[in-house]
Amino acid sequence: MRLALGGRIDRAKKLSFTWNGAALTGFTGDTIASALLANGVKIVARSFKYHRPRGVFAAWVDEPNAVVDVRWGDQHDPNARATLVSLQDGMVVAGVNGYPSVAHDAAGALDLLHRFLPAGFYYKTFMTPSWHHYEPRIRAMAGLGRVGAAIETRAFETRNTRCDVLVIGGGPAGIAAARAARAAGASVLLVDDRAELGGSLLWDNATIDDGPALDWVATAIDGVRVLSRSTVFGAYDHGSFAVLEDRATAPTGWAEPRLWVVRAAQMVFATGAIERPLVFPDNDRPGIMSANAVLAYLRQYGVLPGRRVIVATNNDSAYATAIALRDAGAVVEIADARPDAPNIEGIRVRPASVPLATGGRGGLAWVDLGPCDGSRRERVPADLLAVSGGWSPAVHLFSQAGGALRWDDTLAAFLPDAAGRHVAGSVTGAWDLATCLAQGHRAGLDAAGRASDLAAPHAPASALTRPILPLWGLDLPGTRQWVDYQNDVTAKDVRLAASEGYRSVEHLKRYTTLGMATDQGKTSNVNGLAILADATGQDIAAVGTTKFRPPFTPVPLAAIAGLRAGALFAPLRHLPVHDDHVALGAEMRDYGGWARPACYRGIGETTAAAIKREATNARFRVGLFDGSSLGKIEVQGSDAAAFLNLMYYNEVANLRPGRLRYCLLLRETGVVYDDGVVARLAADRYLLSPSSSHTAGVLAMLELWHQTEYPTMQVAFHDVTAAWATFAVSGPKSREIVVALGGGADLSEQALPHMAMTETMLGAVPCRIARVSFTGERSYEISVPSGYAHALWRQLLDLGEASGIMPYGIESLSVLRAEKGYILIGTDTDGMTLPVDLGLEGPLRAKKIDFVGKRSLLTPDATRPDRRQLVGLLPADPAVVPVPGTHAVLRDGGGKRSLGWITTACRSPVLQRSVALGMIESGRARMGETIDLFHLGQFSRATIVAPCFYDPAGEKLHG
Amino acid sequence: MLALPCPHCGTRDEAEFQFGGEPAIRPPSAVTDTVWADYVYMRSNEKGPHRELWCHAGGCGQWFVLTRDTATHAVLP
Ligand SMILES: [Zn+2]
Repeated sequence: MRLALGGRIDRAKKLSFTWNGAALTGFTGDTIASALLANGVKIVARSFKYHRPRGVFAAWVDEPNAVVDVRWGDQHDPNARATLVSLQDGMVVAGVNGYPSVAHDAAGALDLLHRFLPAGFYYKTFMTPSWHHYEPRIRAMAGLGRVGAAIETRAFETRNTRCDVLVIGGGPAGIAAARAARAAGASVLLVDDRAELGGSLLWDNATIDDGPALDWVATAIDGVRVLSRSTVFGAYDHGSFAVLEDRATAPTGWAEPRLWVVRAAQMVFATGAIERPLVFPDNDRPGIMSANAVLAYLRQYGVLPGRRVIVATNNDSAYATAIALRDAGAVVEIADARPDAPNIEGIRVRPASVPLATGGRGGLAWVDLGPCDGSRRERVPADLLAVSGGWSPAVHLFSQAGGALRWDDTLAAFLPDAAGRHVAGSVTGAWDLATCLAQGHRAGLDAAGRASDLAAPHAPASALTRPILPLWGLDLPGTRQWVDYQNDVTAKDVRLAASEGYRSVEHLKRYTTLGMATDQGKTSNVNGLAILADATGQDIAAVGTTKFRPPFTPVPLAAIAGLRAGALFAPLRHLPVHDDHVALGAEMRDYGGWARPACYRGIGETTAAAIKREATNARFRVGLFDGSSLGKIEVQGSDAAAFLNLMYYNEVANLRPGRLRYCLLLRETGVVYDDGVVARLAADRYLLSPSSSHTAGVLAMLELWHQTEYPTMQVAFHDVTAAWATFAVSGPKSREIVVALGGGADLSEQALPHMAMTETMLGAVPCRIARVSFTGERSYEISVPSGYAHALWRQLLDLGEASGIMPYGIESLSVLRAEKGYILIGTDTDGMTLPVDLGLEGPLRAKKIDFVGKRSLLTPDATRPDRRQLVGLLPADPAVVPVPGTHAVLRDGGGKRSLGWITTACRSPVLQRSVALGMIESGRARMGETIDLFHLGQFSRATIVAPCFYDPAGEKLHG
Repeated sequence: MLALPCPHCGTRDEAEFQFGGEPAIRPPSAVTDTVWADYVYMRSNEKGPHRELWCHAGGCGQWFVLTRDTATHAVLP
């Protein structure tokens, strides 16, 4: 119920929302969980495995139960934690994992079968015939909310920032640290996951520097950059942290969470602590809550979750809850597991007393209290049981950042080993405010690395400081004591796992799923491993914790992807005349990161027909191809010739200016990395044309060799790919079109033969014309600065109209080059292909210098006679085009052995039959042989021929 | 994400760099096949201090050698 007064909610702003269809109200400042509790809602969820009814347990990120489906406007979060989401007017909230509802769940009967569903149940049971047989139905039964399709379209943004000191946690210690570091002159970023700074000060009614603590907070953060509602979810290398900023209540309206990547020179971990539940029979009943959460609901939201309350504890922190409940008008008893009982006015304190059983329909009605051994018990009516099993310092991020942990028996907690790191507050096991403030101040100054005369904040010391009595479950056979609420792991499951040999905490986790739910075991881990320690006869210190990994809280993958999604995931580069291609009906596809025309389909034309038309036209009339994506790297310097001669397989130093040569570039392994035409522009200047997708790689390779192996050579490299557009005019009628283009260049066969180039002007536009061909036809590659690309493209189409010019795409080019046996690197070659395998042995014999990869070509493996070699293949059935990847096999009795495979295959328009290229073992020695092909269980036949099916003499290049 | 020291540009995010692996001294081609294969293929893959090549590819383009502890990611002098 909601109290008439109190809380940090705005009672003037009433909000309407629905819970499973029922209309309820709350206030601005509420979370969904506080509003549900204010409305008396007990059951908010069903557990993952047994579908047990569960209520709100905690008040913040540690909440194990209250995962709900939230819709608000067109936003949908199928797995929202009710304790974190700020209530908004018009929110539609529903339970998950319950059918028809979480209050009346048909699958709740599963709980009756619990005896047959122990830890490891899935691994033991659903193995015949296979897990996949059962998985779909199990997945439908288990699990949480259902993801909608809308999430794909949401845009998340990412920001980067840096600071001298990152303070993680906006409680008293963190604020004191930020205040001190700022006073010492550091740039400070304070990240806190609540809407309001203060941490425990929000419910402690504390005093700092002799005034209300929250007044101190307001002045302490002067000059400090604050990210509120932001969770540091990952600590990474070299002071980098990932932060998720929840912007659901941004002042400008609803916004997607924002990812921050923070680089900090120093960081202060003031991450606080998380209250542990007590482990006792039936401790998962709705109406059983964390004692500290009860205090938070009371003080932050003005919500009294029960009127007849038992506070069960083994430490002093829960006394504050009991006193606050008493002051709010509740009837309160304390069951303290410890033997001594302090006098608290108006509250009965039962010493040496723990809950032994709980009962009630749809909630809590009674609790049996008595000593741990259950030798006596008294049934006490109650509608709320507030429990505290002690505190677990939130060491998650400290540990992620590489900090070591140690178990402290007195505090019953894993503590950070602070050596060389800055830690402050309850994460160090300090439970009282005065100590937390002093630690924070010290840590802030240390992190800033400078002194300040700013006085440390002070607060009164705590009244109650008795030690905790660790309690890790009760030895009461036949009872069910829950450790992990969300994943339904009981103390008995932990003991069973231990008895089956799962002694390592990492194995325990995976076998029982302890700590693997969406809350990542924030409330359950320490209880679980303490029980494991007991069951295996080890110390808790020896058992240790599971490794803490990011993320600390669930993070949408879309937030990590940010804008790198959809069309922006790997944006395609566009050609200078992209729009012209599209206007001509081109089908644009991704080729090596460029959007390039596959072919230009006419209306009603199939892709196959378009390819045949374009290829035939380029063979017998003239075609126009956009080669602008082909790499262009300019190499300049007095040592350019000598350097490139060391890089390339082929001789390039003796190339005359104005001449071109087809060259291979190898890796030091001897494997062919790239091929392309090398042009010599001048004595000290070359132009390389790497494959479209290799340009960056070739440039990086040249830089690496220059910088590391030949640093004294005078040579420099520059990628000018985007600066020039290149169009290839190819076919018997190409020359007349280039002549018609004008310009002063001599295009005669003597002046510009095949593999020559000239630089000229088209009016005022510089232009390069190169005789180079990838089709086997006479071809001219014409390059102009990209700004003139559209004009040249239009002009070539206009000038060629009478000759029947047609643009042709990559797919058509692939057919033309396959007919000629021109290889495509990465298609016809792979990570094992050497130049000799391609029949290119000349340079190896002729070139004396140690070019890249040469020595690797002289090894026994490189000179084996049975290497796979490039050959042509003519399928026995000329109508069938074999699939690339089809193996050539040697049939040997019942078995078969691969001889290699087909790398390229197509239907050749000019030959009117299928042709293929392949890499076949000892291929050149098998010319004329007919061999078996094998693909997907089917055999066929093909004849090995030379890898050139059309104009093998190359007469058409000059014709 | 690592923060790496470019000799020209100072400390920058790892995203700006390209990893080049362990540097190897190129032997003359007269060496045996075994020596050559060691140079081409074999790397020590140390746990602990490890010399490696990095290129400030997203910046000035400089290749440089860095000693990094592969277990802790600490950049060593
Ligand atoms: Zn740099």
